[in-house]
Amino acid sequence: MKSWKIYVGIDLGSTTTKAVILDQNQRVLGKGITNSRSNYDVAAAIARSEAIVQARFSLLRSFVRDHETLVQVTDKVLPVLELSFRFQQYLEQLGRLQTELHRAASSSRYENRQSELERLVDLIVDEMAVRMKEAFVPGHERKSDFFRDLAGAEYMKLAEDHASKNGIGFEELCGLYDAAILPVENTAGKTGFIENIQSALASTVSRLAEDPSWTPRIETELRACVSEGAQAQLEEIATVGTGYGRARLPFPREQIRSEILCHGLGAHEMFPGTATVLDIGGQDTKAIQVDENGIVTSFQMNDRCAAGCGRYLGYIADEMNLGLHELGPLAQQARKKVKISSTCTVFAGAELRDRLSMGQRREDILAGLHRAIILRAMSLLARSGGVDDEFTFTGGVARNPAAVAAVERLIAENYGERTINISPDSIYTGALGAALFAKKGGRDAHEFKRN
Amino acid sequence: MADTKRPSGAAVQKDLSMDLQKKMIADHYLALQNSKAEGRKSVYTFVPGNLTELIRSFDLLPVLPEINALQSGMRGLSAGYIAEAEKAGHSEDVCTYVKCDLGMLKKGNISPTGTQLPDPDLLLLSYTGCFTFMKWFELLREEYGAPTSMLHVPYQSNGTIQEHQIEYVVDQLKTEVIPKLEKISGKKFDEGRLAEMLELSARAEDDLVWVLESAKNVPSPIDAYFGGVYYIGPMFTAFRGTPEAVDYYAALRREIEERLRRKQGPVTPEGEAKNERFRLVVEGPPNWTSFRAFWKMFYDEGAVVVASSYTKVGGLYDRGFRHDPSRPLQSLAEYCLGCYTNLGLPSRVDLLASYVREYNAHGFLINSVKSCNSFSAGQLLILRQIEERTGVPGGFIESDLVDPRYFSSANIKNRIESYLQMLEQKGRTEARA
Repeated sequence: MKSWKIYVGIDLGSTTTKAVILDQNQRVLGKGITNSRSNYDVAAAIARSEAIVQARFSLLRSFVRDHETLVQVTDKVLPVLELSFRFQQYLEQLGRLQTELHRAASSSRYENRQSELERLVDLIVDEMAVRMKEAFVPGHERKSDFFRDLAGAEYMKLAEDHASKNGIGFEELCGLYDAAILPVENTAGKTGFIENIQSALASTVSRLAEDPSWTPRIETELRACVSEGAQAQLEEIATVGTGYGRARLPFPREQIRSEILCHGLGAHEMFPGTATVLDIGGQDTKAIQVDENGIVTSFQMNDRCAAGCGRYLGYIADEMNLGLHELGPLAQQARKKVKISSTCTVFAGAELRDRLSMGQRREDILAGLHRAIILRAMSLLARSGGVDDEFTFTGGVARNPAAVAAVERLIAENYGERTINISPDSIYTGALGAALFAKKGGRDAHEFKRN
Repeated sequence: MADTKRPSGAAVQKDLSMDLQKKMIADHYLALQNSKAEGRKSVYTFVPGNLTELIRSFDLLPVLPEINALQSGMRGLSAGYIAEAEKAGHSEDVCTYVKCDLGMLKKGNISPTGTQLPDPDLLLLSYTGCFTFMKWFELLREEYGAPTSMLHVPYQSNGTIQEHQIEYVVDQLKTEVIPKLEKISGKKFDEGRLAEMLELSARAEDDLVWVLESAKNVPSPIDAYFGGVYYIGPMFTAFRGTPEAVDYYAALRREIEERLRRKQGPVTPEGEAKNERFRLVVEGPPNWTSFRAFWKMFYDEGAVVVASSYTKVGGLYDRGFRHDPSRPLQSLAEYCLGCYTNLGLPSRVDLLASYVREYNAHGFLINSVKSCNSFSAGQLLILRQIEERTGVPGGFIESDLVDPRYFSSANIKNRIESYLQMLEQKGRTEARA
């Protein structure tokens, strides 16, 4: 049985928890992300196991590529296998959701309606399993990878249909879901990679059996590769934790690094020319200057108040009854500039309602809100030493196109032309930096002495 | 993290000098409580540019409102006092020392140790750079109706003390301050007595400087910020020029000499800090309401402050100034002119940059005070200039003097940890290079 040395970085953010796994050659083997919720321990465990799953798939991919027969069908087989695996995970979580929905329905407040509620819940869950099968086929774009989002959207849709038909209120069904989803999210799954991959393999084989390129030899070799991937020993050499919840990680002190250092190093790894990093997360905005080795030379963070961070957008999304991911695209449809204050999130919400009542377009207001956030970030950047070439933008907010547009404009206005880097994986920057620290070895943390 | 005043488990460690100081403070508050009954008068005045020897040479007792405020902050009383002042209409942005003091006054002027403070017989404002002081005493004058004496100390615009400035201050001492002190005390000014006190001051100052400069040793036997605020206590408050202060500093020096001989680190509330990993220079006063929790964030990481500007607000003795009995009034004038608060930004940068070099510091950190409009301004400029001049990385945190609402423990801890890890990483890279 083969063994692989791995290095794990975990970033416990206020909104999401991320894990990155590196191999011996500093290659990213796997990444995992989950909602942080209120339970950092579970979030860390889930993100980590998710990254391990990805790491096994990376290994599996490399095994497949080494097989002459399999390599021809790689593009066909692996996506199906991976999506079938994800569907297995989804079904497992759905099973837990069903159990929790039953538990919620057994509450004394539903005394007379328990059996009817349970019947409805079973109906909804069964339909969810059928309908979601279509979401896990190649080419289908899912809006989110979080179970809460995927299941929530489907459940609500189905609850609406069934509630009207059965005389049970939609609100009651929503209440059950709200009570059930938290325990589902706060417990890690019981089935491991091996169980899920075997089911996924079976469904992959049955799906591809009709394909003209499919042969018994392919099937045999695929089974062998899957088994090799499932049983490969992942030897965890070191783990480093970072982020706001890092104190909660069950690691010794020297295995914990500040998110400033991790973001600096992670950004440098993604874009080696990085000189300035801006990270906008849920409750922190960090402006970081790094040297040519990714070593932090100076930084500034928001103090005393988190207005202007990711949560500001979250609050605005709630106020406008929109999903967080919808804000940026809407703001990009703005036609005129609206000035919004960013000194206080709650006041910005009031300003928003006031402007809406005055008949201003919501797209224009949203563009103003995005600009307000970035204006605050610009002040931190200035305090940390300005914007040098190249500039790397990281954190959850870097995935928002309107925020990116505002960054580009304001940097050009204030500092002139700069190369602006944004990785699609920018949300993993901190975890990547932590994994790099794990690779470098956290053990010499106590060796620091002035030379 | 819980805002613990005292780290749980062990009893707080105290040295003889700390006990001595505690007794001096308690005795002084007691003397103030008994002053009316004993027919003694009191003079309210401020730390920077204080004229303690002159006040005491008239047998008057000094009261220092900033010290009362910070002591109230350390004893968990300031939040209530600040709320009281805000009820009276003072804005959230007003210096929290002022609000704490006004709140204390409104609640009966009970000192932080629980004794009664006397109303002022004179408000002696020695103005050395903090413009809030003027407003503060205007408010106290309004409350008490006490006479005020204002000593205007000219700002050191080009970083040096000019002869004409000394003459200007001495002239005010003669024509404004001394006549008022004579009037309320009913005594004639006795220059000989003042000179005797100044001689005692100079002796204590020698020992204080020795103690502060002991931080040049590696490891440093003291923390020149968190420990430093105790060391400057008697010198900056009511005791300069007294035999008690001379004894205190002699005892303190002996203690530190002993620590140095044993190569011991600074004393913290949890015992000796044994592993000096980072040597820092700090600008700005500490936070008083979470003083121990704030200090713990440093010593837990092996960070020792080797020099600080806050321990110079009551006099830059380590730059050579001593009270001089041979020219009493001129010497008092020079003292006032040379206070840290009376320096311009270029002089503050010069001083801090020289501390970084002389004390072989790894880093320079600013604790910026949210409610301080006089001295928080310009601190980012100071930070950049120190970084440029010395090459050591700067760090910046924000809290407040005595308003507990502005001490966000998790955030400050996060920044301090990040900053120290940055220093560590830089140090390791340099060591490899």
